[in-house]
Amino acid sequence: MSENMTDQSRRSFIKKAATGSAIATIAPGVVLYNVAQASRDPGEAVTDKVRWGMLIDANKCADGCTDCVTACHEENGVHQLGRPATDAQWIRKVTLRDKQTGKEYGIPMLCQHCEHPPCVDVCPTGASFKRADGIVLVDKHICIGCRYCMMACPYKARSFIHEDVTDQRDHAPRGKGTVESCTFCVHKVDAGEGTTACVEACTHNALIFGDLNDPDSEVSRELNNYPSRQLRADLRLNQGVRYRNI
Amino acid sequence: MKPITYTQIEGKSTGYWALLGVLGAMILAGFSASMYMEHHGHHVTGMTNQIVWGMPHIFAVYLIVAASGALNVASIASVFSKKAYKPLAPLSALLSLALLAGGLAVLVLDLGRPDRLIIAMTELNLKSIFAWNQLLYNGFFVIVGIYVWMMLEKKMNKYTRIAGTAAFIWRLILTTGTGSIFGFLVARQAYDAAILAPMFIIMSFSAGLAIYILVLMAAYKWTGRELGDSVLRRLKNLLSVFVSAVLYFVLAYHLTNLYAAEHHSVEAFILLGSNGGGQYSAVFWWLQILLGSVVPLAILFTSLSKQRLMIGIASALVIIGGLAQMYVIIIGGQAFPLEVFPGMEVISSGFMDGVPAAYSASFPEIVLGFGMGFGVALIMVVIGVTVLRFLPQSLADEVVDPHYVAESAEAAA
Repeated sequence: MSENMTDQSRRSFIKKAATGSAIATIAPGVVLYNVAQASRDPGEAVTDKVRWGMLIDANKCADGCTDCVTACHEENGVHQLGRPATDAQWIRKVTLRDKQTGKEYGIPMLCQHCEHPPCVDVCPTGASFKRADGIVLVDKHICIGCRYCMMACPYKARSFIHEDVTDQRDHAPRGKGTVESCTFCVHKVDAGEGTTACVEACTHNALIFGDLNDPDSEVSRELNNYPSRQLRADLRLNQGVRYRNI
Repeated sequence: MKPITYTQIEGKSTGYWALLGVLGAMILAGFSASMYMEHHGHHVTGMTNQIVWGMPHIFAVYLIVAASGALNVASIASVFSKKAYKPLAPLSALLSLALLAGGLAVLVLDLGRPDRLIIAMTELNLKSIFAWNQLLYNGFFVIVGIYVWMMLEKKMNKYTRIAGTAAFIWRLILTTGTGSIFGFLVARQAYDAAILAPMFIIMSFSAGLAIYILVLMAAYKWTGRELGDSVLRRLKNLLSVFVSAVLYFVLAYHLTNLYAAEHHSVEAFILLGSNGGGQYSAVFWWLQILLGSVVPLAILFTSLSKQRLMIGIASALVIIGGLAQMYVIIIGGQAFPLEVFPGMEVISSGFMDGVPAAYSASFPEIVLGFGMGFGVALIMVVIGVTVLRFLPQSLADEVVDPHYVAESAEAAA
């Protein structure tokens, strides 16, 4: 009887322990998901507790692969008209060669979401702005289409809409005569998804998106473990997008 | 020196109406070009996502720069109390207002959303030099407007010097702002230089004066009023100093860049035409330096400038040279590829990284820049001198030259 009792209590202990450890294993993901999702109600202002950023690993970025470009443009309704000089490009693939060693790298280029964005400084109306969480956006309602931000951006990250736009996505309004660029898929971020279309599309795991202010986020841990660099770091813009292995 | 009588021009001749007609047609053409660009989008122009400022900006910035320079003649009279320039002052102020209006008209009509002009004026980001420039441009209209009133209204003449000084200081700040549009662009190799602001000021001196000389000569010739050699001699001597000063600044700018290894490639691009910069080095050497600076200096510094026609030609060449300089600065500066990946060579890119951007000005852009810009500026001058007393009845030597007797005696001796 007492043995039975002991068996039962042991079984129940094991059961509880298993459940507990399962919860302990899954919880952080669930909790983090909830934190990301619940961090902000739609009516609540964005805060600087979070800073969204991205790490791009040139070693993992595959030759000839442009899945991130396709996914971004599909997600945001950016259609190419076969005129690369005037077509909008929120993200582009660039292949580089080290002048000294001859090593080649492929990387996607997108808005670098600078802490000190020159595009925001020069915008006469304040249409170019940076959210508290580090995402640099254009308010299409007050952009007058002067293109000064494009003159100021060191990364050629911005596009002026040269032609009528069709098939717009509800979450990514666009307009002829205004300027636009990568939004870090702000609609997904605000919906609590904590990711972007390009990151989701990258099957080579070359892109990691997350909160740079959270030391436990994957992007922070990766940045902490191995060296990375900012493009044109001499300009001291402290970009949200970092590159590894270039 | 006799008292100066200012009168309106009659404005009834066939020639007068023909001139208004031509200028009106230029404005209409410029406006149509702008509507065409707005309707179809900017892809019908030569502009791209790399050359985002094209031909309209060359005319707009040139006219805005020239506007503040055209005020120099008035400043010399009011601020520095040179009597000989006094009769020339009201036209100088009118021309500066007109040139600014012409330049701004082009700038606004080239916006992606010109219909949002009101937003541009009400939503100001004060960290932007563009926003500051709006305040400076609007302030210029007000201050120079008051200055004109002080000059034209006899009762207010005593305040001319104060208003003139305010306008003079304002115009220096204004052109500093215009030069800083480029000077503050840290990312681009051809810009990001403090010297651009003072260089734009000296460019404004030469551009404004060259246009002033041509407008003055045309106004007096077409209205049959007398324009003495004394006035023109002073103005052309001044022009030669200004053109030389611009050359000095151009030299200082390029020498500074040539000293820094990081700027070698952009200098080779502009000065030698390497890496696809051929059209910019051609415009630089042939139009800006040779035709727009050396030839006018050769005319202005020699006895060739005794002929009025040659002074007119020299002034016109200075204008061409100034527009060429704007082309090299604005288009050349954008065409040179951005150094996004220092130390790396770009093998391929979905957006033409690492290669010079191509630009060829489209017809609508030129029509907008030239037609609207010069059309608005000149029609304002023509209407201005018709309705208000801007022009002295005579600018003959005995009327304007304080040293007239002495000089003519000297000449006789």
